[in-house]
Amino acid sequence: MNSSNSRKMNRRLFAVAGLAATALVVGCGKKEEPAPAAKAASAPAKPEPLKAAWVYIGPVGDAGWTFAHDQGRKAVEAEFGDKVKTTFVEKVPYSDGERVIRDLASQGNKVIFATSFGYMDAMLKVAGEFPDIKFEHATGYKTAPNMNVYDSRFYHDAYVSGIIAGAMTKTNTLGFVASFPIPEVLRNINAFTLGAQSVNPKVRTRVVWVNTWFDPEKEGAAAQELINKRADVLLQNTDSTAVLQTAEKNGKYAFGWDSDMSAFAPKAHLASNIVDWGPYYKKSIKEAMDGSWKGGQRTIWGKPEGTNDVIKMNEVIPEATRKKAQEALDAIKGGTLDPFTGPIVDNAGKERLPKGEKASQDWKDKVDFYVKGVEGKVPTGK
Amino acid sequence: MNETALLFNTALASGTTLALAALGLLVNERAGVLNLGAEGMMLVAAVAGFAMAFTTGSDVLGFVTAALAGAALAALFGILVIFLNTNQYATGLALSLFGYGLSAFLGVSMVGRTLSARENYEIPVLADLPFVGPAFFSHHPMVYVAIGLTIAIAWFLYRTRAGLLLRAIGENPEPAHALGYPVRLIRLAAVCVGGALCGLAGAYVSLVTAPLWVEGLTAGRGWIALALTVFATWRPARALLGAYLFGGVTVLQMNLQAGGVQISSHLLTMLPYIATILVLALISRNVAFIRLNMPASLGKPFRPGS
Repeated sequence: MNSSNSRKMNRRLFAVAGLAATALVVGCGKKEEPAPAAKAASAPAKPEPLKAAWVYIGPVGDAGWTFAHDQGRKAVEAEFGDKVKTTFVEKVPYSDGERVIRDLASQGNKVIFATSFGYMDAMLKVAGEFPDIKFEHATGYKTAPNMNVYDSRFYHDAYVSGIIAGAMTKTNTLGFVASFPIPEVLRNINAFTLGAQSVNPKVRTRVVWVNTWFDPEKEGAAAQELINKRADVLLQNTDSTAVLQTAEKNGKYAFGWDSDMSAFAPKAHLASNIVDWGPYYKKSIKEAMDGSWKGGQRTIWGKPEGTNDVIKMNEVIPEATRKKAQEALDAIKGGTLDPFTGPIVDNAGKERLPKGEKASQDWKDKVDFYVKGVEGKVPTGK
Repeated sequence: MNETALLFNTALASGTTLALAALGLLVNERAGVLNLGAEGMMLVAAVAGFAMAFTTGSDVLGFVTAALAGAALAALFGILVIFLNTNQYATGLALSLFGYGLSAFLGVSMVGRTLSARENYEIPVLADLPFVGPAFFSHHPMVYVAIGLTIAIAWFLYRTRAGLLLRAIGENPEPAHALGYPVRLIRLAAVCVGGALCGLAGAYVSLVTAPLWVEGLTAGRGWIALALTVFATWRPARALLGAYLFGGVTVLQMNLQAGGVQISSHLLTMLPYIATILVLALISRNVAFIRLNMPASLGKPFRPGS
């Protein structure tokens, strides 16, 4: 896999391999969400609303990935009111992506967002057929004159969570429930560990791979095993709240992921690592409206642009640590701090980034190792 | 030592979902009805149980509701395949798909709601024993219920007249019919029991191991439970042990990973399925062995008087 952001593709592969039937159930439910009714017919000269559509891999009720994208769509509606008309199609299997995107294009949508890696080639193909329509693809790497890709920087969050975790751990052992060994997830494991080491050099991180994006029972069992192996602060790169709830049950700590999960585990919840697609969606729609939209771009936003953030820090975190975490957030926002700044040494002792050097985008796209302090070896799947 | 005890503990806890569902499916398969709708029944029951426990605050009510929901769906399936003689495979698959959609539809307002984490119940005295205490006597009550049900079902099947009748119907419904037994009603009852137990399994996930509701919560465990009945050659005790084995393999591979041991997690994930295929291959090799174990009329419709 030569892309950094293939999470949704893996999700698909595993769904098919494991649970053919459950995965195949998902028909796609299409829902029109009319923008708030236009005020009286007093302004007949008013331009037609801009039609924009979103294609989702999961249900909007997944409380995770798709939910976050749908919040972004709602932010667009809130911002532009009756100047936009948004539509979404949820639970679209990758095999149906091309058909759904083409449908949306021929129905007069001017901007189409496909929010999962596996729609990449489908969207590229349809983009070639509709040169006047603007296409936006999340987490991919292929662009066209009328197709952009966009992504987030979750490792900004993971690093700051690491700072909190490093200060809160009593056993100097952190746990990470990981999904698939792809660069995106490895970046988060590494950033979490580096953040923790910045305040507590003795920290070690144990990782359990569950090979799924979503399976609450499995995620919970993985969390339990980590706790049994003395991990007392956990982070996960999976989509459910099970890790937090397992930590709560055991009197340990954990973080929310994707969205604000503080309500799920009031005592265990240290902070939530969130992603907000609203800013990017608003920018794209605005540019489509005023004609400044440009294709062929790759946009990766993080904390500085308001796409990623760490929120709802628990009162139980010592004041000084909260301050440190906030300073790190501010420094990342201000561009003075990049979690991946050399020296970065992998856990076999090899230097991966020389001292003082900031990692390039290409470097970040290709992370395939654990940093020093993470135990074990990255599963190769071979 | 203590860590091994904790490993046993999680293996039992995670195997219980499969055990409950497999025991239920075993009952209806023993009566000759194959219900591939396990996953659908578990999902609908999971959301029903969760909603009930969430609104009333009572886990007991949650489990009861889940069992009823599972039984209701099973009854629907039973009426179709037993009285209307629809194809059991197709109807079961349809039930699975239907249940997935129905649970998602019913559960929309429940997404993102949460129950507090469930405490384990420690059996007095026994829980304080070294090793066995933390391993076997500190669990959610449903873990013990699953063990109790295994004993009850084994006793019923092999030590009671009704159990003998049920098995006889699973082997060949004609003689029972000739003797005047209501074959189709008995099959329907078995199917409902199967549904109720699948319902308990679903609620065990949504109330205890997760505890939350999201679409597709059971993540394919109904299918594993179906495989497990074959793996267990339709014997309750073997089903229970098989469930713990399946649960144990999952937990073990995580335990090894957490300890930094390098084994391909993909390989370990495959293990339960490989074991099932092996067992299938082994029991299919010997025709007599199949005759001895598999309910002979499994999956075949029964038309009285035909």
